[in-house]
Amino acid sequence: MDAIEIVFTASLWAAAIRIASPLIFATLGELICERAGVLNLGIEGIMTVGAFTGWFTVYMGGDLWTGVMVAALSGAAFGLLHGLLVVPLGLSQHVTGIGITLLATALTSYVYRVALPEVTSPPKIDPFQPWAVPIFSDIPFLGSALFNQTPLTYLAFVSVALVAYVLYRTPLGLAVRMVGENPAAVEAQGIDVTVLRIGAVMVGSAFMAVGGAFLTMSAFNSFYFDMVNGRGWIAIALVVFGSWRPGKALLGAILFAAFDAYQLRLQQIVAGIPYQFFLMLPYVLSILALITMARRAGYPRALMIPYRKGER
Amino acid sequence: MRLEPRVETPFYLWIAAPIAAIAASLVIAALLVMWAGAEPFAVFGLVAKGALGSQFALLETLTRATPLIFTGLAAAIAFRARLWNIGGEAQLYGGAVLAVLLGTGFLPLPAPVLVPLLFIAGAFAGALLLLGPTMLKTRFGVDEVVTTLLLNFIILLFVSFLLEGPLKDPMGLGWPQSRRVIEAAQLPRIIEGKRLHLGFVIAIAMAAIVWFVNARTTHGYEMRAVGFNPKAARFAGMKVDWVMMKVALFSGGLAAMAGVSEVTGLKGNLTLDLSPGFGYSGIVVAMLAMLHPLGVVAASIFVAAMFVGADAMSRQAGVPNYIAHVMVATALLTMVVGMLFTRFRVHWR
Repeated sequence: MDAIEIVFTASLWAAAIRIASPLIFATLGELICERAGVLNLGIEGIMTVGAFTGWFTVYMGGDLWTGVMVAALSGAAFGLLHGLLVVPLGLSQHVTGIGITLLATALTSYVYRVALPEVTSPPKIDPFQPWAVPIFSDIPFLGSALFNQTPLTYLAFVSVALVAYVLYRTPLGLAVRMVGENPAAVEAQGIDVTVLRIGAVMVGSAFMAVGGAFLTMSAFNSFYFDMVNGRGWIAIALVVFGSWRPGKALLGAILFAAFDAYQLRLQQIVAGIPYQFFLMLPYVLSILALITMARRAGYPRALMIPYRKGER
Repeated sequence: MRLEPRVETPFYLWIAAPIAAIAASLVIAALLVMWAGAEPFAVFGLVAKGALGSQFALLETLTRATPLIFTGLAAAIAFRARLWNIGGEAQLYGGAVLAVLLGTGFLPLPAPVLVPLLFIAGAFAGALLLLGPTMLKTRFGVDEVVTTLLLNFIILLFVSFLLEGPLKDPMGLGWPQSRRVIEAAQLPRIIEGKRLHLGFVIAIAMAAIVWFVNARTTHGYEMRAVGFNPKAARFAGMKVDWVMMKVALFSGGLAAMAGVSEVTGLKGNLTLDLSPGFGYSGIVVAMLAMLHPLGVVAASIFVAAMFVGADAMSRQAGVPNYIAHVMVATALLTMVVGMLFTRFRVHWR
């Protein structure tokens, strides 16, 4: 099979959708935070927490959806911490975010070691299985690429639609978008800026954690320390690439993942190029995406600017 | 709750805030230790003993602090200017690569020439690695946090390629490691037979230099001014972009020196585990030091003591050594909160 033919195989696109799923959750989560004016660099750590808690819940005997819920809640808890530090206290969102990532990652490692002191290799769980959507999965090509995935992948797509609907079609969404552009205007409407921003960060962080949980509960079946492996940072790049719009971000995540799936297959047919260069591509691609979009980027105006009542 | 900027910070707060911050992180750590089924005071005692309790422990702590001083200075100087360099890890490896590239026999020079040359060459590599993201920031407005973070992954993969390809040690039994640097490239030990090496002295000297540049030269003044208020700095006639470049060169170079120092002083060769996150820990160090160059030395020793002490403790008490990472991360967060109270007065209601 040559390099061009691969692009037209359903298996490539099925893999792309699978690789995209955690990124979709994470990108969506970061997008919600940033739309409300809060940069959340805790994303990498929050994904790690979600990956662990979701998996651990199932390992302790919970069912898979309970695991997803626990992951979302633990993500929201770290979101609350980040929100409290950067919204009412107005601390540097950069420093706090990095701190949250370090703390979340360290806590996860600690809890893992305390809870499972004896294990040498990470224990496995029964992860989500692919579920073929009736009728749709019979569509040639599209069926096997899109409609034969695990339930969490479907949830990712549904979430994009849901978030887009809430952001653009509801008063709550309007308030969230406005608090990222002009918090004083939100205040003037009688809405509490602090509560709104913290709420958005918590919801966003819950999405990030579910993205992490996808890794341990759907993509693989056990937990490793470094398994998030920069996906959080890539999601931040994807938010910029998607111009802070859920639909575009979804497209960006799928494109990105398709490229990633493609390079994995290319590695097997192109000889002579060390594998490390293929592995670098996603990160290089993220940087390129940032460069191409940065000029046109319509940043939320109040992104990273703390709001203090009565100050201009 | 309302925050009111303080006109003046009472002196006691400069002391009380950091102490309260450390105390808060100790309390959190104590709860985690109790949850693991151990006695917090016994555990903290073991950490302290493992970090400072003997000559061996103390020297080990200082050895571990050495790379942290470099990466801590790199973060402190960049953060002062509001250049968010999170790429210390990449710059560290950049320096280390240059050290093995030139130090494994390519330059057969005597030690007094070769060692400074390796540090300069390494610093140059690190400076270039940060210059890229900084130019993307000043020219295109690309956020440097994400680009420097992503570069960490790219550089680590590149080092992995080098260690399995061009730089691979033919005698390494297949392990991905470089050859050892020649005798003349190795930093002398400070005490015969112990691991503490000249890199520690170089690190302290760099802290002094950074302090001097910061506090006593126009360069330092400009760097701080740009971080404090770029608009005012531009209005005062400073070339803000150019100052940013200078900060980047300085910061990237310092982080890279950590890599050179680890290779030439401690490890002798380059492996993929040269740095267990020294680049990231440098950020914590810088924040704990309130971005003060001399404070960085103290904070590095504190953080190193945590890591070294926790390693020793975990062998005896059975509490995972990750507790050190948790404490360091909570110390970072409690410290930034603590520092807030030196700048603001809180009105409840």
